[in-house]
Amino acid sequence: MKDKDYTKDLSDIRDFMSRSSQFISLSGLSGILAGVYAILGGIVAYGVLNDEALIFTPSNANYNLFIQLIPILFVVALLSIITAIILSKKRAKLNKEKLWSEPTKRMLLNFCIPLITGGIYILLNLSSRQYGLTAALMLIFYGLALLNASKYTVSTIKYLAYAQLLTGLVCAAIPEWGFWFWLFGFGVLHIFYGSLLYTSQKAERP
Amino acid sequence: MSIITNINKLFDHRIRLGIMSVLMVNSKVNFNSLKELLELTDGNLASHIKALEKAEYIIVEKSFLNKKPNTQYKASKMGKSAFVKHVDALEQLFKASQNR
Repeated sequence: MKDKDYTKDLSDIRDFMSRSSQFISLSGLSGILAGVYAILGGIVAYGVLNDEALIFTPSNANYNLFIQLIPILFVVALLSIITAIILSKKRAKLNKEKLWSEPTKRMLLNFCIPLITGGIYILLNLSSRQYGLTAALMLIFYGLALLNASKYTVSTIKYLAYAQLLTGLVCAAIPEWGFWFWLFGFGVLHIFYGSLLYTSQKAERP
Repeated sequence: MSIITNINKLFDHRIRLGIMSVLMVNSKVNFNSLKELLELTDGNLASHIKALEKAEYIIVEKSFLNKKPNTQYKASKMGKSAFVKHVDALEQLFKASQNR
């Protein structure tokens, strides 16, 4: 007679557990757009600089040209972050959740520690005019940040993390191709994973 | 009906079920987070917490954070095993109703 209530209890439990422990407002579209920004940034870089600057040799011959890429990187990162915040806010509203909650804070903390560590390390490297491994280091630290955050958010993001780490390591082996690996990691992989996430989210909510 | 006996009366309420679910997956949760998660008023949450505390299913830890009182809750060992038992019973009921 009360069977209906008990099945609802079970689904409530699952709902409460996932809502309280994970940041689930990540939107697939954020990933797709972050990838698009990265590729647009790459096109701008390709247009502004000559081909030579895009070959990241371990020597510091092209250092002054390379430095010109940094504002582009900042714009790409900033746009991606703003997009992610706006879309997550929207999604949180759709899920009837608060965006700035414990799970969000925990996810961000875990994401930021490896990322900021990597960021500082890269800047220190750049300040001593070593830029050859910048792309590889960005990919590797970003991959580690994603992997660390994956325990507190959409768990499939760990596959994106593995892919970024692999790309970063291969990139470290052939640093001359850094620009293209960077485009692949931050552009193509983001768009690919973002689309997978986006379609799975679409399926959940027709 | 032996399965029914494992249904815990104390968890037979959506709010108490919610409190326990949250405490099963989070080591410690403070009052306000719990309130936001379960979308409750202060008084409503407090009364249900008291019921669970009385049964010794949850442990209350009072401390201060920036000179403000910060009360945190966590599930006790007893509370956790009682909850697991309850969920098992719910699953049994669910299976039984499907086989009918």
